[in-house]
Amino acid sequence: MKIKLRVWRQENSKAKGKFVKYELDGVDPEMSFLEMLDALNEKLIKEDKDPVAFENDCREGICGSCGLYINGYPHGKGNKIATCQLHMRVFKDGDTITIEPWRSQGFPVLKDLIVDRNAFDKIMSAGGFVSIDAGQAPDANSIWVPKENADKAFDAAACIGCGACVAACKNSSAMLFVAAKVSQLALLPQGKAEAKRRALNMVAKMDELGFGSCTNTGACEAECPKGISIENIARLNREYLSASFSEPE
Amino acid sequence: MNKLDAKIPEGPLAEKWNQYKAAMKLVSPNNKKKLDIIVVGTGISGAPAAATLAELGYNVKSFCYQDTPRRAHSVAAQGGINAAKNYKNDGDSVYRLFYDMIKGGDYRAREANVYRAAEVSNAIIDQLTAQGVPFAREYGGTLANRTFGGVQVSRTFYAQGQTGQQVLLGGYSALKRQVAKGKVKMFSRRQMLDIVVVDGKARGIITRNLVTGEIERHVAHAVVLATGGYGTIYYLSTLAVNSNGSAAWQAYKKGAFFGNPSFVQIHPTCIPVLNEYQSKLTLMSESLRNDGRIWVPKAKGDKRNPNDIPDEERDYYLERRYPAFGNLVPRDVAARAAKERCDSGYGVGKTGLAVYLDFRDAVQKQGKKVIKGKYGNLFELYEKITGESPYETPMMIYPAGHYTMGGLWVDYNLMTTIPGLFAIGEANFSDHGANRLGASSLMQGAGDGYFILPNTISNYLADEIRTKLPSTDAQEFVDAENAAVERLNKFLNINGKQTVKSFHKRLGNIMWDYCGMKRNEEGLKKALKMIDDLQKEFWRDVKIPGKLDEINQELEKASRVADFFELAKLMVNDALNRKESCGAHFREESQTEGGEAQRIDDQYSYVAAWEYQGDDKPPKLHKEMLKFENVEVKVRSYK
Repeated sequence: MKIKLRVWRQENSKAKGKFVKYELDGVDPEMSFLEMLDALNEKLIKEDKDPVAFENDCREGICGSCGLYINGYPHGKGNKIATCQLHMRVFKDGDTITIEPWRSQGFPVLKDLIVDRNAFDKIMSAGGFVSIDAGQAPDANSIWVPKENADKAFDAAACIGCGACVAACKNSSAMLFVAAKVSQLALLPQGKAEAKRRALNMVAKMDELGFGSCTNTGACEAECPKGISIENIARLNREYLSASFSEPE
Repeated sequence: MNKLDAKIPEGPLAEKWNQYKAAMKLVSPNNKKKLDIIVVGTGISGAPAAATLAELGYNVKSFCYQDTPRRAHSVAAQGGINAAKNYKNDGDSVYRLFYDMIKGGDYRAREANVYRAAEVSNAIIDQLTAQGVPFAREYGGTLANRTFGGVQVSRTFYAQGQTGQQVLLGGYSALKRQVAKGKVKMFSRRQMLDIVVVDGKARGIITRNLVTGEIERHVAHAVVLATGGYGTIYYLSTLAVNSNGSAAWQAYKKGAFFGNPSFVQIHPTCIPVLNEYQSKLTLMSESLRNDGRIWVPKAKGDKRNPNDIPDEERDYYLERRYPAFGNLVPRDVAARAAKERCDSGYGVGKTGLAVYLDFRDAVQKQGKKVIKGKYGNLFELYEKITGESPYETPMMIYPAGHYTMGGLWVDYNLMTTIPGLFAIGEANFSDHGANRLGASSLMQGAGDGYFILPNTISNYLADEIRTKLPSTDAQEFVDAENAAVERLNKFLNINGKQTVKSFHKRLGNIMWDYCGMKRNEEGLKKALKMIDDLQKEFWRDVKIPGKLDEINQELEKASRVADFFELAKLMVNDALNRKESCGAHFREESQTEGGEAQRIDDQYSYVAAWEYQGDDKPPKLHKEMLKFENVEVKVRSYK
């Protein structure tokens, strides 16, 4: 296949970026999207041009490194996949593909398609944990957890921290990311002791870092590569409200 | 030989660790605040180590090459994590877990370390559960278990097929908690370029900031490497594409011995190579072998749709050859058996380099819903890549490079031969012998990070409380930085014609063909020459665009691949030296009539620890003789 590409190129965080057009021949439908970009870069290097910088690592949809805005959708328009799991077989010969980095105030561009997602780490530090030091834990089977709760907690915990939810949201809200962590820990007895503080602090940190508010459009859920449900946002709202109305600690 | 003292405590096996802890030197809380520790890597060993050391009161600096510690490749471990809880009441115990690992490793691991790994396994499950790791549960609310290869009990805890992700995120959350408290300073997007040794002790590292390109010097009282394995030396592997062996390699070149470098696990169940562009081989968890049956057609070149091939025309070769363990034989055995069938002409798929992993019977017996509950996300993962549904058609799988049992040689303290330099998790060689059993890498990594290193490091640091740290302006730091910068500039100035990737791919092919699942003297010698030639070509003709002081992904890759050339030669030399077969190391010259690995215990019952002697000199072999006082050394049989 022959593919036309429009790729966002930006030298560094201060430089002004622009779209650059490339044509790539010999694209195999079996290639993954990132392997197609590898091929483009091999070509650019041989032509003495600067290769396109993009982030990727595990290439099996679990590390959350890759995240490209493809033809107007985070990770491309597709069902529950990360960019690395997208294959060229979904495109046709002669297609034009537009590739951009995540667009959000919370995620500044560092170079080309690489953005800084450090804000997610900061939100996690604000409360995305259970305060237990190594060695303090009781026997793992001493606290029983209903299977349904454990399963729901797992579904929320499957978040890979890629940031597609933010990129998909017209308000650049990080609610789904925050909700996934708050939900996971709220559903488990181990997370209960700090539940109130966690909800309040993580939401406060998200607001402070410039992410927008949630207006329930559901775009985040639709584009989440792990299918994290917006039910988690409802749970976060309940947790947050009940924490707000309770006695200050 | 004094250098190779494993420092194994005296006393009965089951008492060693307790006695060690009772007798070890401690650092008082007041003094811990004055001690700095560098931890490189944030996977299932590094993140817990950094968090736990911070909980204890040390000042920790944590480094990773990713944008955030949560992306370390432990995240991709699928199937589970072992512990000797015996929740199933099926006769499990610490001793049995220890015994399974020693046997699984084909009697090439150190008894005391393996016993300790088994001993701390239960506390890991407690810790992770308390952190909110959502392990699978039974309807009654208790934790669920499943069985993995090479064992006859159910001791594997899991979170669907994403156990590594969940276990890693537990460690990550503990790390983030300490970052919030200011006890861990996080340095992400850093590539470690060198270890700095001052007065014979590890005192710091040199890193490159991958965003600004700035070269940085970091000083500490001790340095911990938790930098994982070097399986990407094969180019195609189950690892993340940026996983690498460079930190361990720099440590080796500064004087840390490298243990059993040729012991590499080739994982039997991975999605096969589908085309020449492929950049990665995706693992299909070993847990699938609980319910999936592996087979090839009995007739060579049978091109029928697998569903049309009746049972009597299928060769369930693992069940045929190994009736006692069937499809759940250890990984090395399963991988070689697949290669044997394919090499004999029975392989399936376009390339003939694949075998079937079939769920037809399991779906019939248990129903689609139950199978979905156990393996749903793995089936989805498979379908996303291949476009075929394993509920309908058997999976096609083939072995791929996966885990390195070899790594930096460490003593019982997990300290390398450089005082003050520790290696934990996959980065060390210690617990898996010549073959690792499934679900024991998360166990060993987490055990090292949460419970072992935080103890043993105090034994070392107790003598360092009066040490004043050297300034980062000390000559050793200046020299290390200068050498690192010089090397990076050298890459940028070669200005040849070929890309790093093309070299990496060619190196990978050589290693896969001659130092992969089967090795022989002639092939290994040929490989040495080929690696040498390719290495020279690399340094003459590689092309690295861009500059030093910017994001430069090609430059990052170049230094990793340059290290791989050197490491490849050490692997081949190690494989040449060990003329026996053991575990994953299969020397064709040393096999039984039935084609099983044949150990030569009277000559090779040792850990091969290699010492760097200079770029132009052959490495020096040191032998740590292995003593088995608690198990009877037998022929490993799964028949």
